[in-house]
Amino acid sequence: MGYTLNFAVVWRNFDRLLEGLALSLGLAVISILIGAAIGLAVAFALISKYRAASWPATAYVTLIRNLPILVLVLFAYFALPQMGVRLDKVESFVAVLAIYSGAYLAEVFRAGLLSIPKGLTEAGLAIGLTPIQIRTTIIAPLMLRNVLPSMSSTIISLFKDTSLAAAIAVPELTFQARKINVESFRVIETWIVASALYVATCALIAALMRRIERRLALPR
Amino acid sequence: MSKTILEIEGLRKTYGSLEVLKGIDCAVHEGEVIAIIGSSGSGKTTLLRCINMLEDFEGGTIRLDGEEIGYHAEGSMRRRKSEKDIARQRALTGMAFQQFNLFPHMTAEANVMLGLLKVKRLPKDEARAIALKWLDRVGLGDRAGHFPGQLSGGQQQRVAIARAIAMNPRLMLFDEVTSALDPELVGEVLQVIKGLAADGMTMLLVTHEMRFAYEVASRVIFMNQGVIGEDGNPREMFVAPKTERLADFLKTSSFN
Amino acid sequence: MTPSFLDQLWLARNVILSGLGLTVSISLLAILAGSVLGVLVGLSLTYGNRLIRPIFRVYTDIIRGTPVLVLVLASYYVSSAVGVNLDPFSAGVLALAVFCSSHVGEIVRGGLQAIPKGQTEAAKAIGLTFGQTFAYVLWPQALRQFLPAWVNTAAEMVKASTLLSVIGVAELLLRTQEIISRNFMSLQFYFFAGALYFVVNYGIERFGKYVERKTAVPS
Repeated sequence: MGYTLNFAVVWRNFDRLLEGLALSLGLAVISILIGAAIGLAVAFALISKYRAASWPATAYVTLIRNLPILVLVLFAYFALPQMGVRLDKVESFVAVLAIYSGAYLAEVFRAGLLSIPKGLTEAGLAIGLTPIQIRTTIIAPLMLRNVLPSMSSTIISLFKDTSLAAAIAVPELTFQARKINVESFRVIETWIVASALYVATCALIAALMRRIERRLALPR
Repeated sequence: MSKTILEIEGLRKTYGSLEVLKGIDCAVHEGEVIAIIGSSGSGKTTLLRCINMLEDFEGGTIRLDGEEIGYHAEGSMRRRKSEKDIARQRALTGMAFQQFNLFPHMTAEANVMLGLLKVKRLPKDEARAIALKWLDRVGLGDRAGHFPGQLSGGQQQRVAIARAIAMNPRLMLFDEVTSALDPELVGEVLQVIKGLAADGMTMLLVTHEMRFAYEVASRVIFMNQGVIGEDGNPREMFVAPKTERLADFLKTSSFN
Repeated sequence: MTPSFLDQLWLARNVILSGLGLTVSISLLAILAGSVLGVLVGLSLTYGNRLIRPIFRVYTDIIRGTPVLVLVLASYYVSSAVGVNLDPFSAGVLALAVFCSSHVGEIVRGGLQAIPKGQTEAAKAIGLTFGQTFAYVLWPQALRQFLPAWVNTAAEMVKASTLLSVIGVAELLLRTQEIISRNFMSLQFYFFAGALYFVVNYGIERFGKYVERKTAVPS
């Protein structure tokens, strides 16, 4: 025992942690945006009455949700080049997290779609809107409002998953923390600060999502 | 008789093994206000929904101004029209629903404007002017900026009617539009429909309001087990029903 | 390519099996310890007094706001720094159990809070004590509610167990990497490992669905 806390080393390296955090956020934002687009398309496919659409969508979601993301990250970076697909560290991680986000967000969106009354689709049809117009102008905006609370926890969870980029040496927050830890031996301090940065960022994301939820809430 | 708008011939519709419509023949003329009555399960709502292609149907034809709705012949085969064609045809008929089905994320005005912008592709100003005109007509000019959640049931239904009528349809379909309303809100909606009838709008109304049917309809169709049981003038039908079925139905219906 | 992969797979069979065995043990230990701790957390979050509740609130918020990989690394490095000297396996299981406890805690809290207030009042009205109310009325209802979610937590633990490879625990993923470093068949062996994880997790998922059907109250 006899360990005395000394944060000086960590503060000296604080800008490295912040740079790492910025990269973590960047990875999360890009991946989740791509993932949301995938998830939206897949969610509509999941509830489609056509098996040619619903079956592959179900297969994708089931497959991804049952695989550890670390296996996907390592596979994309180390194994894909064998198939001639060469991506750099950041690209391959973003690709993986986007595909991973897509599966989780598809499930979130699907639940949202199922909660929209069928009558609204019929009302859209009755005034002559095409099915595509109904999806873009009526169903998607309503669904997004419905799913904001569950989307918030999914997004937070996906943000935390950016830490896995450390496994392929992407210099995001966890990677930086581990490096400082090894260089300085200020073990406890480093992990307290790194963890605090993650916790604070998650809290910020949650607050931001609540704000969006309130802004979009329908007056009644 | 004035011009025929809608012609239904041999319309058949099944849900699985259940035959809901067993061959409906009927013609609707310009300016007619037709009340469709009958007990639940008689097929009256399904009939209305087929006219707007909200239900596919297996047999028969529906023609609006001579154009076949929903299907076309391809050799000896009957094929469903493309979604785009069907959408265009749906815009020719207006429909109001029991549950209003207003789009909750749009103001009253935006609800009415949506079809004008996306289907008729009118410029925004023109669409807004039409929307406001019809909201005024249903007595809600001052509620244009309200969201459905801020309106009473009766007000929502009036917006929904304005949304349908603003598309300038050839024919209006009303599917039990007062059934989901509190009794004290029924009157304001019926008043709007009466106004449209006075304007000469051609309408088909599925309704449980017998007094209203009696007062407003120029013709009544009594549906019974998937076929038209009686078809005629409300004064004659309500006073002297020709069939026992209708007599029984009228006995159990309320006239208040 | 294919026959030589099968040869390599046969050569590596014991290594893979021992890795899979370790993965299963890690997950089981984490779930067991995490669930015991998690029920405690859930009860404290629901019924704790003004002192207890905020403490556990902060605990779950911190754990849930921190990536599992950070928990694993912190557990490993910090334990040695303070002289506890946990081996990688214990440090990893500890981290996963803590992670699991915050999950289970929230699930238990959600299940208990979803029960209508009228249930407690009805139980009080027939003279049950709080202990009896909890044992006979609240807990059985909450259990039904959260069993499926709890089973899914097991799948989360299996997935999270891969993170222990980073601190050198020779579970399935690290074993796979070792094999690949010898024969360079990364495509085939990552695929194979992925398939094993999928089978285990898919099995758990199906079991969760089954539990959900079984525990549903007839209505």
